[in-house]
Amino acid sequence: MGALQSLPGQPEYVDLAEKTGFSFEQIGVLHKRFKQLTHNEETLRRDHLNGIPDLACNPIRSQIIEAFFDRRNLRQNGEGVVEEIGFEDFLVVMSHFKPPKLHITEEQRESVRKEKLRFIFNMHDTDNDGTITLEEYRHVVEELLSLSETLEIDTAKSIADAAMLEVASISMGHMEPDEFYEGITFEHFLKLLNGFEIETRMNIRFLYMDTMNFCNGGQ
Amino acid sequence: MDYPRIQIPFEITLWILLASFAKIGFHVYHKITIWVPESCLLITIGLIVGGIMHSVNEEPPAVLSSNVFFLYMLPPIVLDSGYFMPTQPFFENIGTVLWFAVVGTLWNSIGIGMSLFAICQIEAFGVQDINLQENLLFATIISAVDPVAVLSVFEDVSVNEQLYIVVFGECLFNDAVTVVLYNMFNFVADMPVVEPVDVFLGMARFFVVGFGGMGFGILFGFVAAFTTRFTSKVREIEPLFIFMYSYLAYLVAELFAISSIMAIVTCALTMKYYVEENVSQRSCTTIRHVVKMLGSISETLIFFFLGVVTITTEHEWNWGYILFTLLFAFVWRGLGVLVLTQIINPFRTIPFNLKDQFGLAYGGLRGAISFALAFTLPDNIQRKQLFITATIAIILFTVFLQGISIRPLIEFINVRKTNRNLGTINAEIHCRLMEHTIAGIEDLCGQWSHFYWKDKFMKFNTRVLRRILIRDSRAESSIVALYKKLELQNAMEILDTVSGDISASPSIVSLYEEKKNAAKPKKKFLAADLRNMHDILSKNMYNIRQRTVSYTNKHKLPNDTQTREILIRRHASIRRSIRPGSFQTSVVPKSQKYFSLPAGKNLDSKFPPRRLSNTDDQETMSEAAYPPRHSRFNQPSRSSSRAMIPLRRLDTLQESPSVSVLDETSGEERGGTGRGMPRINSSASDSRVPAPRHPFDGGDRGSVDNLRNSHHEAEEEQQEPTSPPPAWAAEGRDNTTRNPLLRRPQWNPKK
Repeated sequence: MGALQSLPGQPEYVDLAEKTGFSFEQIGVLHKRFKQLTHNEETLRRDHLNGIPDLACNPIRSQIIEAFFDRRNLRQNGEGVVEEIGFEDFLVVMSHFKPPKLHITEEQRESVRKEKLRFIFNMHDTDNDGTITLEEYRHVVEELLSLSETLEIDTAKSIADAAMLEVASISMGHMEPDEFYEGITFEHFLKLLNGFEIETRMNIRFLYMDTMNFCNGGQ
Repeated sequence: MDYPRIQIPFEITLWILLASFAKIGFHVYHKITIWVPESCLLITIGLIVGGIMHSVNEEPPAVLSSNVFFLYMLPPIVLDSGYFMPTQPFFENIGTVLWFAVVGTLWNSIGIGMSLFAICQIEAFGVQDINLQENLLFATIISAVDPVAVLSVFEDVSVNEQLYIVVFGECLFNDAVTVVLYNMFNFVADMPVVEPVDVFLGMARFFVVGFGGMGFGILFGFVAAFTTRFTSKVREIEPLFIFMYSYLAYLVAELFAISSIMAIVTCALTMKYYVEENVSQRSCTTIRHVVKMLGSISETLIFFFLGVVTITTEHEWNWGYILFTLLFAFVWRGLGVLVLTQIINPFRTIPFNLKDQFGLAYGGLRGAISFALAFTLPDNIQRKQLFITATIAIILFTVFLQGISIRPLIEFINVRKTNRNLGTINAEIHCRLMEHTIAGIEDLCGQWSHFYWKDKFMKFNTRVLRRILIRDSRAESSIVALYKKLELQNAMEILDTVSGDISASPSIVSLYEEKKNAAKPKKKFLAADLRNMHDILSKNMYNIRQRTVSYTNKHKLPNDTQTREILIRRHASIRRSIRPGSFQTSVVPKSQKYFSLPAGKNLDSKFPPRRLSNTDDQETMSEAAYPPRHSRFNQPSRSSSRAMIPLRRLDTLQESPSVSVLDETSGEERGGTGRGMPRINSSASDSRVPAPRHPFDGGDRGSVDNLRNSHHEAEEEQQEPTSPPPAWAAEGRDNTTRNPLLRRPQWNPKK
């Protein structure tokens, strides 16, 4: 277990565990993976993530990778992106995918839900202005549908438009003739996905990891 | 009169009719079926009929003999379950389902068997002669659950999907397990001494049987799918293949003594996905209808005969044994569910809470399979009558008591409900987004989970399987499929508003006649156009169909009536439109009239309303239902500084629009004189986002002035967005690619 020697010792794990809510075991495993991805460097950069072979066929790959470098996901109060992140930041981003504990109160569940939805919202909102504009939404839909072979260029646009109108109708309902619908704000987003049980679905079970099989690409 | 000649078919027909009459009778007062599950009612009727028969000393037909039951009555039921199984939730929960089915049944059988054996030792009950093997055999018989009644209750109450699918899946697979165990114990019961080797062999046999069944099923499924690839010229017999192949799978599995139930279920599962893309729409409907019908009949007959046979067999009643059987069945099921859930909950993303567990445990009704298995017990078991009686007792008890009480209980304890309002495009988009995100993050972490497998399988599917098995294999995203479905819904709603509410759809035949007469005058559509439209819409509908069958009521067909409704409504509206002046004055009742507004324009018309050229065809589409076309027109320049949705309002009505088909091949600017331009009153104050419902032109019948007034009341409508059908602002395209989704004939009522 040579890799373990280079890992931070227990006291640092305590800090991280507290901050992110992972257990020591999970942190250890994730750290191993981090080392693997970064080829034992200290910080993770975009090109490290770009090299993962399986990720290459994911349609929203770029958004996922960007999400790691987005300050809003890193719980820092800044905006914009960073170029590289350390292990702690990596963990913080990963913690968005932790399943909620079995017995939590309603408020906790709400906050977990908000957190996850915020993550998705940030994935849409690439220019960091707090709203998802039509262009951004279209971009996402196009990427999502890019796997489908038969898609015509305009279908994605129509779908995005339709979706946008739907949002508008849900959140704004009655609009005056000179109102614009600027874009989806986070509150509207919440309202939109009201029935969507994201807190139970957007989870990864972090214990069962087999880091051996997944070499970082580019070897 | 030569009665013996026709006797057998005659009697069969009569019995089926009788059972079906009973079924009709229940729905006369439909509240009954809410509180009392159908199976109870059927059994009751059966009891009555059995009483009658008994009193005239008639013997009921030997429906429940082994061959008849297992070869003729069981396959339709299982096919029905397998065909309409919601696949996606099923595969997401397959671990849990198999866990409960296999391990749960084992637990139940062994537990009940052992405890009964213990009871047998007590002298007071007088059943000491039943040895362990026979007890185990009996326990196996009664641990097969058949929650038909429960499933319909669950549906009505909309319990959460997980619970539903686990109960469903468990029922399906534990039939297979039970039969295997039964055969095994049967075999073992004969032997005087049981060696450990035999037990081990038994277990090995179990796996062979299970997986063998699945393998056969998949094989036949693929062969069926492949066959349907070539059936485009013989549409009439397409449904036949489905039935023949699945039945064949069943029979061949029976031949090799592997699990025929698994075979037919996996066959249906595999087949369904590919076949539904290959066959015509009608064949698809036929298949579904017939599957449901056969399943329903079988079930009805079985419960019916359960009642009949209850009266007419000789019973051997033993209070102690039977009561303890009931007790143990209940207790062991409850315990089993509890323990198994504890073990499997950590592995689940959505763990089962106590209420779910209660639903699961209480939903363990016994039914047909137990019944049949009891009858097929070999005669060398001395206490066969006792077993039969006990089985019947437990079936009746669970069906009546638990069946009737489960509904109020489930509602009382407030089991977690499902939220099926995900019919919005946004939800679908985000669902996909989330799944891809998770798959991506998992790749990043180097972790596997079921998303990974699903991903891999879908890739394999697209690349290999679909190419081979589907005639026209173009993958389509579920987002697009949902979009099309919603378009269809919109279309229907438009038709609805156009023609008013059609409460009683007249028979299609009469409509067709009228339609034909009306359509005689002019037909200016190119044949090629029509064919294209047919094709496009058919394809759309197939895919839509895939999405809409997720949650189906056990006793009713899935709601496949969309397309038919469109057809009906279309015809009715055509018919209505023939009447003079029927449209000029109708105010659009509820619909939002703004479906699109060009951004940055005011309500004064900037674009002169374009008159549709009077190609004036009423009805040019024949069978396929055509939602009216989306209008197209110039895209006003959008100021890019604000994220506005380009919306255009389509005003349609003063002049008579005419039905026309947008010429797909003509590349001319839609804003021009194209044949199918609806009136576009593109007046709009800056893009107002309506909560639009009808993107289609032709749906709107109000006049411009009405538009503004009715805006507000229409807006009110939008306040309850259960699932607001999206309207979309299509971009006006300038010559280029026609979006097939948007190309539809615009139709107009004649003035």
